Amino acid sequence: MARVQDEIKKRLQDRFQPSELSVEDESHLHQGHSGWREGGETHFRVTIRSGAFNGKSRIDQHRMVNAALDDLMGNPVHALAIKAQPEA
Amino acid sequence: MNPVHEMIDSEVKGNDVLLFMKGTPAFPQCGFSGQVVQILDYLGVPYKGVNVLENMEIREGVKAYSSWPTIPQLYVKGEFIGGCDIVREMFQAGELQEMLTEKGIETSKQSA
Repeated sequence: MARVQDEIKKRLQDRFQPSELSVEDESHLHQGHSGWREGGETHFRVTIRSGAFNGKSRIDQHRMVNAALDDLMGNPVHALAIKAQPEA
Repeated sequence: MNPVHEMIDSEVKGNDVLLFMKGTPAFPQCGFSGQVVQILDYLGVPYKGVNVLENMEIREGVKAYSSWPTIPQLYVKGEFIGGCDIVREMFQAGELQEMLTEKGIETSKQSA
């Protein structure tokens, strides 16, 4: 089951129509760390490329991604690493 | 402004380079905070670390302060620079060094 991962993917896909999107569950790398819990799905790494980011600062690009996932942040998502890139 | 907001604001404005982090610069308690510490230490930038684990109000307050949902958060001369990923990307691109120099912050490493 990858309920949270699928939800993140779906939202980013719908919101940004990215040309590149990967959402990796890295929870296993943080085993025992605060925020980690049995079953994973707490720590994610998002790599996304979209025209929606063109002309936006890095901070704004990250804010856009965070905003799309706002109600998931904190719980269930403890940490979200983001690599956002504009379309070339 | 509420008292927590004021406390955060005075830290941000009272320190040229300020890092809200989990743990301390000597003992980061989170890998993401640790990465930013490593970068700042590598550049030889003097900075103050504020351990949000010691103060739940600051931990939550700083997220509202910058409209940024995660820790760590780096501020330079009162300006929010970003979290771990942004700081690392900027560092790798040489932009962090440039920005620090532009803002008149001394580093022991010169940007390439």
